[in-house]
Amino acid sequence: MAAHLKKRVYEEFSRVVQIPHEEAPAKKLRLSKPSKSAALHIDLCKATNSTDALQYLLQFARKPVEVESVEGVIRILLEHYYKETDNSVRLKIASLLGLLSKTNGFSPDCVVDDVINTLGNEKSHQVLAQLLDTLLVVGTQLPESPAVRPRLVEVACKLLSDTYFGVRNKCLQLLGCLGMVDTPLRQLPFRDVQSIISNYFSDQDPRVRTAALKAMLQLHERGLKIHQIIYEQACRLLSDDYEQVRSAAVQIVWVLSQLYPESIVPIPSSNEEIRLVDDAFGKISHMVSDGSWMVRVQAAKTLGSMLQVSPHFLEQTLDKKLMSDLRRKRTAHERAKELFASGEFSSGRKWADDAPKEKLDTNTVNLIASGACGAFVHGLEDEMFEVRIAAVEALCQLARSSPSFAEKCLDFLVDMFNDEIEEVRLQSIHVLREISTHITLREDQLDTVLAVLEDSSRDIREALHELLCYTNVSTKECIQLALLDLLKNLNKYPTDRNSVWKCLKFLGSRHPTLVLPLVPELLSTHPYFDTPEPDMDDPAYIAVLVLVFNAAKSCPTMPALFSDHTFRHYAYLRDSLSHLVPPLRLPGRKQVYSLDSVDPGCGSGSVESAKLFLQQSLNRVSTIQNLETPGAQDLLNFTIRDLQRLGELQTELAGAADFCATYLRCQLLLMKALQEKLWNMAVPLCLKQNVTATAAAQQILEETYKLEFLYSGLESRQVATIHHVRLQAKALQLILTARTRPGSCEKFLQEIESFQRMFLTELPHLQDGFVDKLLELMPRLLSCKPVELVKILQSSLRQSGLLQLRLPEQIHRASATIIEPTGESDNPLRFTTGLVVALDIDATLEHVQEPQDKVKVQVLYPDGQSHVIHPKPADFRNPGPNRHRLITQVYLSHTAWTEPSQVEVRLLLAYSSSSSSPSSSIKSGWSDSIDGLPPAEAAVEGTIPFSKPVKVYIMPKPARR
Amino acid sequence: MPEIKVTPLGAGQDVGRSCILVSIGGKNIMLDCGMHMGYNDDRRFPDFSYITQNGRLTDFLDCVIISHFHLDHCGALPYMSEMVGYDGPIYMTHPTKAICPILLEDFRKITVDKKGETNFFTSQMIKDCMKKVIPLNLHQTVQVDDELEIKAYYAGHVLGAAMVHIKVGSESVVYTGDYNMTPDRHLGAAWIDKCRPDILISESTYATTIRDSKRCRERDFLKKVHESIERGGKVLIPVFALGRAQELCILLETFWERMNLKAPIYFSTGLTEKANHYYKLFITWTNQKIRKTFVQRNMFEFKHIKAFDRSYADNPGPMVVFATPGMLHAGQSLQIFKKWAGNEKNMLDVKMQVEYMSFSAHADAKGIMQLIRMAEPRNMLLVHGEAAKMEFLKGKIEQEFSIDCYMPANGETTSVITNPSVPVDMSLNLLKREMALGGPLPDPKKPRAMHGTLIMKENSLKLVSSEQALKELGLNEHQLRFTCRVQLQDPHSDSDTLHRIYTHLKSLLKDYTIQHLPDGTVMVESIVIKVSSSAEDANSKVLLLSWSYQDEDLGSYLSSLLKKGLPT
Repeated sequence: MAAHLKKRVYEEFSRVVQIPHEEAPAKKLRLSKPSKSAALHIDLCKATNSTDALQYLLQFARKPVEVESVEGVIRILLEHYYKETDNSVRLKIASLLGLLSKTNGFSPDCVVDDVINTLGNEKSHQVLAQLLDTLLVVGTQLPESPAVRPRLVEVACKLLSDTYFGVRNKCLQLLGCLGMVDTPLRQLPFRDVQSIISNYFSDQDPRVRTAALKAMLQLHERGLKIHQIIYEQACRLLSDDYEQVRSAAVQIVWVLSQLYPESIVPIPSSNEEIRLVDDAFGKISHMVSDGSWMVRVQAAKTLGSMLQVSPHFLEQTLDKKLMSDLRRKRTAHERAKELFASGEFSSGRKWADDAPKEKLDTNTVNLIASGACGAFVHGLEDEMFEVRIAAVEALCQLARSSPSFAEKCLDFLVDMFNDEIEEVRLQSIHVLREISTHITLREDQLDTVLAVLEDSSRDIREALHELLCYTNVSTKECIQLALLDLLKNLNKYPTDRNSVWKCLKFLGSRHPTLVLPLVPELLSTHPYFDTPEPDMDDPAYIAVLVLVFNAAKSCPTMPALFSDHTFRHYAYLRDSLSHLVPPLRLPGRKQVYSLDSVDPGCGSGSVESAKLFLQQSLNRVSTIQNLETPGAQDLLNFTIRDLQRLGELQTELAGAADFCATYLRCQLLLMKALQEKLWNMAVPLCLKQNVTATAAAQQILEETYKLEFLYSGLESRQVATIHHVRLQAKALQLILTARTRPGSCEKFLQEIESFQRMFLTELPHLQDGFVDKLLELMPRLLSCKPVELVKILQSSLRQSGLLQLRLPEQIHRASATIIEPTGESDNPLRFTTGLVVALDIDATLEHVQEPQDKVKVQVLYPDGQSHVIHPKPADFRNPGPNRHRLITQVYLSHTAWTEPSQVEVRLLLAYSSSSSSPSSSIKSGWSDSIDGLPPAEAAVEGTIPFSKPVKVYIMPKPARR
Repeated sequence: MPEIKVTPLGAGQDVGRSCILVSIGGKNIMLDCGMHMGYNDDRRFPDFSYITQNGRLTDFLDCVIISHFHLDHCGALPYMSEMVGYDGPIYMTHPTKAICPILLEDFRKITVDKKGETNFFTSQMIKDCMKKVIPLNLHQTVQVDDELEIKAYYAGHVLGAAMVHIKVGSESVVYTGDYNMTPDRHLGAAWIDKCRPDILISESTYATTIRDSKRCRERDFLKKVHESIERGGKVLIPVFALGRAQELCILLETFWERMNLKAPIYFSTGLTEKANHYYKLFITWTNQKIRKTFVQRNMFEFKHIKAFDRSYADNPGPMVVFATPGMLHAGQSLQIFKKWAGNEKNMLDVKMQVEYMSFSAHADAKGIMQLIRMAEPRNMLLVHGEAAKMEFLKGKIEQEFSIDCYMPANGETTSVITNPSVPVDMSLNLLKREMALGGPLPDPKKPRAMHGTLIMKENSLKLVSSEQALKELGLNEHQLRFTCRVQLQDPHSDSDTLHRIYTHLKSLLKDYTIQHLPDGTVMVESIVIKVSSSAEDANSKVLLLSWSYQDEDLGSYLSSLLKKGLPT
């Protein structure tokens, strides 16, 4: 042994010495050789020992090989393989073969024969395993080849009896990836792939057992139906000594339970039988208390997706029986429930109420959790937070499908609000929100939930507000409790204002009848005395009013309880916080917003009619034949106005209406620019006068970028239309500047070409359009002089018709609202010149895809300086679909000012035309030649402001000396 | 028969002065060396005279292992090593080694300085004793001597608490010390791999209890403290044991952090403060949360918790104070209690509430069962618990796992007979030959019979093929053949009979080579069958069967087959 070790040490030592010697000449030679395979051949022939050869192979593997030379390289490699005596070199060659067969466009059929032949003669187990791996690669490259597949399966079966675990592993992998279940194998007529794989469930090596289980899973993933026979074997593997085996076994058991949920399995040591899914559920539940946390995570996750399990078993997972000195003890949950039922909740805890009660019979106590008993009780108390999160998620999935289970798991979820890791707390709050439709919180539970409102983490508090929005509570005390705690929260963390108000809005509108009896107390009215009028700017008072007004919306008797100033405050809040305060029918007051009060009545009908209106408007516009039609301008003007108003009234259609209006405005601008009188003059004469036309062209360009990047849900057809408008604008620009800027014509022609390439599939829809005309004249355009070109453009621009805009299903405008800073403050933010001040920004973004990359904050100083700040990706949160929240800090700094002044802060949406334009449908048109494509148009990058600017008062003071 | 003997000197059907002697594979090991809190006389320490009447213990013990730093597990250590006399190795984990002397010194001070006892161990003795300690790491296998090896597992009871796996050859014992299967705010849960020991010696403090989730307990506690603080009240928390104090500190500290509370928390100075220092250092022994966040901030570097000064008790406003001792019977906690209880009469809105909370870190009945499931022992032995409670758990264990469970009292010896496997080197040639015979892969689950020669030479065992054995030992091979006569009634001639036997066997034994040789014999593999008619009766034939002992199976089968006669 020692001698052997010594030898190895020497070998390694010698390796280190030799590499630098040989490297340099090798490189030189390579440079002079044109063919890759030839170079490799020379290198390998030159190699005097295995170390050199390995070195060459390693270098070779670093560079890609072109498709044409793959075949040759493979031949050379195989040739060397046969000659080579060193195992490690053969192993490397084998792995290279695998790599090469992955080359795009190369069909690896030809490798199969050679590799299978070499398998027969190979003595080294490691090399065998590597060769099988190569076959696996080849096999996955040619999944449908009828000739290759059975051969590979045959080879795999033959080598399964190898003594080395790696070879058996690879064989099982091959079987898993390529084996078919239903066709019996040639040489073993009565056994199919599945039974062969399942034989290795009891292999002596845990790695092989794992590989066998994985291969079985692979079969399942490939859509083959695996048989139920292996269920028992798989269950036995759940108690394997090795964690990876257990983990894979959990998956197999789960797969089987999904495939055969209703089949019946016997319970060992009794005559009873149960459904397979129940049995599997019990067994996997047992794994939640496994020794390895990986398995526990796996088991907990898996439980969540077993929805077919019987309710009886499901409820067992939350079961726990306590005892103390052999006396039965009630759990804290039961105690809380009883205390609540007996009406003593508010009086607090009684002394020793957890004292054990009746004596238990020793025979009935079951210490080992059988089946599903207490699986989640274990999982939720696990040491690793990964397990706890998995358990919480599983609870959520199960509870969503079973209301009774949701009711039961409530206590446990509420307990999780107290977890030591924030992620877990947050997750459990989210989960509770998701199942909140099924549950009603009891007062004691609500109390625990509300305690979390004091958490210092903003995410937790906001999640909790969100939860309260959807929560049902049972009594008016609960409402009062919630209100008190929310006000406390508001007091402690004033920044939560909006979130708290929103929460109270929903709380009020959900529980009008519970709020009703509280109204006199909340508004502190008195039957006889006038009470002082509360301060209207107090956020707490606004919070109370939001609750009351929202409750009053569906409770007509409530306004009778309001005092005079409440009505006044209502009018004020309805104006200032209209998103929080609903319209009310107040006695003796005329309806201020008749439109709003009608809206809820018509509901979906009005949306339908609005849609119809939108469509009709568009149809009307489409009657305009070309841009010079008389009266077209007026029609466009009116339609734009109509659409804008429609967007304001119908929030659902705001995106679409806005989109159309902007598009039409572009057309209108184009039309006006073309109709200018100057236009008919000779081009050189009007150079100085065409300022308006230049401005219009510029504006249209800007608008098209907005159209393209600000709206989500656009289809390629709309994108084509937008690009078309852009092209028109560019043509206009060209006409105006053709003389002054040589070379602009070529650029424009290139743009037309790239347009044609990008929207090949859309061209039929663009008939009669500007592009259509240009493409007809293309041969002429390419050859003519700039002057001629300008003339052609001019006429085709004026003659081309208006493209009809077809609306996509869903179209949304990206928007952003800056909540913080509010811009109301009169106190300037003072800081010393040369230092920085941090400004907290809190904004909500809607319908913005990938805001992490796109959204930027712009700060505009009064002297015209502007800074663009890119927020950190972690500053974006995703509270809901299509909604994002940006909470970040920007740093301001400036030289000294004599007096405070305002800076403007706004959000920008960055775009880059190169990245966004090829959407999936467009891609299909030109995907064949991506590489050969010249840069379509110089990528235009820019930003679109998409939030209202907010003014912040700042004052950089000169530094004191 | 080899056996493992276990004798508790303390903690047998009792809680306190844990001290268990184990004899395994000729090695003697002492597990824990604790004192009893309930006694002040000789019964305080384990009775070491059980080991030897006179003289030092060094000759009788191979090593001492301490599971954790609580005094009922290590309190008698200086007494044993310095006063009784023991110079061998003492094993304990790093945190235990660090904290243990602090507690021992405190214990000595109280006994000698306060109670005025004499004939007690001195500070120097503690130091000398600690010099004999060899520290252990988790999952590190330590070779005590050539045969005895020990390995520590995480026990989660207090910082540095460990379970030990003791192994001699293929015999092994696991001693759990005190352990906790449910993780808490600063410690993880006990864990052990499937080591299948011969005996699992487990504590059983909560043998008859199944506890509610810790979350409810924690939440109750925090809610009470929080409410009281919000009302402007003062909270006094008497704490018992080192370890639990830290748990509560962490709990309150994180709660303060989370809820953004400002009220001060004080910690009465004393030994806990010193120990706290070590808690900061041994982060690897804590739970996931603390281990993960310590890069940003060590959780034991408390932001809100400060050392207590006597004068602070009079400060106005809300505060929380941790004070020792836990029973409110003396010391600082009593002083503060008196002060604040008196105040309560004056201050009406501060209501003194007495809360009893249990935050204990022992495994409950379910936890014990869970550990048994993890380790899969062959036998179970319960210590560190009350006899009546153990009885219940014993019944349950025997019922659920169908393994033997013992619960010896102090001084009572339990022996468990083991069945150690004896490793034998097998020659490669023999192995390959056997594999070639019996299919491709050996099945580890099934025993297999094989031919070979066992050579025992110089304390080593070797299994080789018989030819090789003969060669090695220089012996000649002797052939051993069995011959057997079978009487047959058969009217045919000898050669016909032989032919009939040939066809008969041919039809029955299809897989064997059967030859009819011209010299009047039938060969089945290597078995020779001859026929001769007896002199008296031509009808009765005598068959002569002869086989070598290697073919014993086939030979005896053939003889019994032929005894039944030939088919007519």
